[in-house]
Amino acid sequence: MIVQAIMFYIFAGLAVASGVLVVSSRNPVHSVLFLIGAFFNAAGLFVLIGAEFLAMILVVVYVGAVAVLFLFVVMMLDIDFAELRGGFVRYLPIGALVGFILLGELVLVIGSWAIAPGMPMRVAVAAAGGVPLSNTRALGDILYTRYLFAFQAAGLILLVAMIGAIVLTLRHRADVRRQSIPAQLARTRAQTVEVVKVPVGSGSR
Amino acid sequence: MAIGLAHYLTVAAILFTLGIFGIFLNRKNVIIMLMSIELMLLAVSINLVAFSVFLDNLVGQAFAMFVLTVAAAEAAIGLAILVVYFRNRGTIAVEDINMMKG
Amino acid sequence: MAVAVVFLPLIGAFIAGFLGRLIGDRGAQLVTCGALLLSAVLGVLLFRDILAGEGPRVIPLATWIVAGGVDVTWSLRLDTLSGVMILVVTIVSSMVHVYSIGYMAHDPSIPRFMAYLSLFTFAMLALVTADDFVQLFFGWEGVGLMSYLLIGFWYDRPAANTAAIKAFVVNRVGDFGFALGIFAVLAIFGALDFGTVFGKAPSVVGTKMEFLSWQVDALPLACILLFIGAMGKSAQIPLHTWLPDAMEGPTPVSALIHAATMVTAGVFMVARLSPMFEYAPTAIAVVGVIGATTAIFAASIGMAQNDIKRVIAWSTCSQLGYMFAAAAVSAYAAAIFHLFSHAFFKGLLFLCSGSVIHAMGGEQDMRRMGGLWRKLPWTYGTMWIGALSLSGIPLFSGYYSKDTILEADWAAGTAVGRYAWVLGVVAAFMTAFYISRLMFMTFHGEPRAGEETMHHAHESPWVMVIPLLVLATGAVFFGFVGYDFFVGPERASFWKSSILVLPQLDSLAKVEEVPQLARYIPLALGVAGIATAYLFYVIAKTLPVRLAARLRALYLFLLNKWYFDEFYDWLFVRPAMIIGDGLWKSGDGTVIDGFGPDGVAAVTRDLARQASRLQTGYLYHYAFAMMIGLVALVTWYLLPR
Repeated sequence: MIVQAIMFYIFAGLAVASGVLVVSSRNPVHSVLFLIGAFFNAAGLFVLIGAEFLAMILVVVYVGAVAVLFLFVVMMLDIDFAELRGGFVRYLPIGALVGFILLGELVLVIGSWAIAPGMPMRVAVAAAGGVPLSNTRALGDILYTRYLFAFQAAGLILLVAMIGAIVLTLRHRADVRRQSIPAQLARTRAQTVEVVKVPVGSGSR
Repeated sequence: MAIGLAHYLTVAAILFTLGIFGIFLNRKNVIIMLMSIELMLLAVSINLVAFSVFLDNLVGQAFAMFVLTVAAAEAAIGLAILVVYFRNRGTIAVEDINMMKG
Repeated sequence: MAVAVVFLPLIGAFIAGFLGRLIGDRGAQLVTCGALLLSAVLGVLLFRDILAGEGPRVIPLATWIVAGGVDVTWSLRLDTLSGVMILVVTIVSSMVHVYSIGYMAHDPSIPRFMAYLSLFTFAMLALVTADDFVQLFFGWEGVGLMSYLLIGFWYDRPAANTAAIKAFVVNRVGDFGFALGIFAVLAIFGALDFGTVFGKAPSVVGTKMEFLSWQVDALPLACILLFIGAMGKSAQIPLHTWLPDAMEGPTPVSALIHAATMVTAGVFMVARLSPMFEYAPTAIAVVGVIGATTAIFAASIGMAQNDIKRVIAWSTCSQLGYMFAAAAVSAYAAAIFHLFSHAFFKGLLFLCSGSVIHAMGGEQDMRRMGGLWRKLPWTYGTMWIGALSLSGIPLFSGYYSKDTILEADWAAGTAVGRYAWVLGVVAAFMTAFYISRLMFMTFHGEPRAGEETMHHAHESPWVMVIPLLVLATGAVFFGFVGYDFFVGPERASFWKSSILVLPQLDSLAKVEEVPQLARYIPLALGVAGIATAYLFYVIAKTLPVRLAARLRALYLFLLNKWYFDEFYDWLFVRPAMIIGDGLWKSGDGTVIDGFGPDGVAAVTRDLARQASRLQTGYLYHYAFAMMIGLVALVTWYLLPR
């Protein structure tokens, strides 16, 4: 038990710290790296709870894809660090005020909610016929049967996102020669061959 | 002390607030804004999973997966827009994005 | 037949007015003159009918108002008084119509003029044949309107426009009193038709009613209020200021409206309402005082005027004063007698002056006339007839009518009567003086106009001279022909019940008792007036100028009409303009516009501008705003209910 508590506090603390540093770093590359840190620690929290599939998915998708994407863009945009972080302090008081109010209310809500006191978090056990399943297996069971539609829709969203990203950012470079197969195949003789009657001895120009 | 639901929810709340901070406290960088949004989505996911475990209902985790999917898609598109914007304007300073000024 | 008499001019007016372009100038003239002449002939026949009949006849035409206890019908009341007035109106109007054919021959809007003249005649006829106060008021307003239209006939002249407005506004002031009088009558009698009102008049003597928080005698109050209307219409002090300016209109208009018919509507009204006025001695006294004062006031001004038409206009004002002075001693018959003869000779004087103006190519200033009697013989002759009639020289009708008034004033023996007599006699001298002055300055002596004008001066065409002759005939013969019937022994059977005179107030009966001296003083003064004018303007021509230089203040006082216009301007016009200006600029502009359309628009603009400052374009501002909203909502829901 005690190990669990310690691990929880370590992971939680690191997650919060990484979050703070994401927002307040001067260097956007640092921000991205701290975001990765936050993701990792959240994954750790998930493992603690017993949702290990989701934890791994978090690492693979969020860290492996999204955060890397962020990094790519940060690198590509070649941002000038020097003049960043200008008006931070001016809005700090009011922003802090609003943020703390929100935080307080969230905690208030949680606190006033009647929880069975000190109930430990049980490891998720999906009992199907009394045999304990693994988290992954249990998730797969419901995902491909009951929530199949949502699953397919999520796939469609990803497809649209991919196409959208390409459409938004693709640039046609004028000096790159590309083939257009249909145009090539539709070529007629008239477009290719020109018969010129050349008088004898006068050249072909 | 045994770690209960409240702890996980508190962590999620703190991360959410941090994400909000990030959105309107940062002045100079749109990427920070996008990352703050990711933070907020992460906090929501933690919330969902915590409740799912507590209520012994796997739906929460399935939903968290969808959240993940959508977050990824949104990050991709957001960054694509940002790239195109940078191409056109040459800057991603938040203060310069005021063309919708009334 | 009565209906034809009243409505023929209306038909003529409509045809000339609406179809004027179709039937052309000649057609308009023929239609209107024909209608009027026919109306005049029928009027004579109608008069014979009335004389033969017994008592007043009322011909109802159509119902107008049925409301509560008040029933108002369009009707024609035919008794001697209205018959006499119909004669006056139709004869003079038809002569003026014929005259206008010649006078206005070169005017671009002949059909409009003829239509206006006929329409005016119709309104006047509706007025004199009214059987109740409302129709009387309709005719009253109608003649006022036509007066406005005709004074401002040449609407491209600013002087004409302002004169027309002045006439209408001053009339309006009088009409306000008239309307209040009608309301008072309704309040006292509960009905508006003459039959009911006249019948109940004796019984309401002594009743009191509330007026501006005082308790006053009801009947005299109503009579005085009605008389205020007559003051405006008949140009008595203090509502006289419009009459001289009304001379801006064409001369036929002056002859018809401002000599014979419209201005006499006030006198007619007092005579018509004699059953009421007889029981209100206070009111009659007021009438007399104002009338007599106006008589001398206007005569004094007439002596100093230089415009030929204005002299005659002030003369009209003065003679109307005489008529009211007659009514003051219950000699309504004498007033109407003088009205009739005055219509003849004053109309004649105006038409003759029009002839002179026509001959002089538009010149109206007597100081630029002179030496015309050989050039305009007919005009000269007929104008002298009119002048002698006005001066009260025996044989001419003016002598009979004016002297009867003065004798009745004396015979009444009342303070008002004596006051009126004294003033009237002095005014008689002035009257003779100014009209003879006019004659001598215009026709005698060396010509003061230019060579060119004198060369063009010619007698008017026959179409203008014949009306002069007709009116001159009336001015000569009407006097001794009508004397017996109007004011003499036959008057009771002549007037029958159209005029009521209480026996104890009947001054005409006591006319025989007037001492010889008092009887001949007016005549002597009249001759003296003519002689004085002869002295001043034929024999010793430098005398007027020297006298005017000596008595400069008095001369200017008379010349500027006793400064009434300037006084009114200071008292009424300027404050009204200031108030109007203030209300326009501050009231309307600042307050109403400022709080209304302009204000609302400005506030809307400001609010919108401030609201648009929320749209900064910065995403983080928007996100912040959302966040604040979210926090607020959560707080709201967390609050204990």
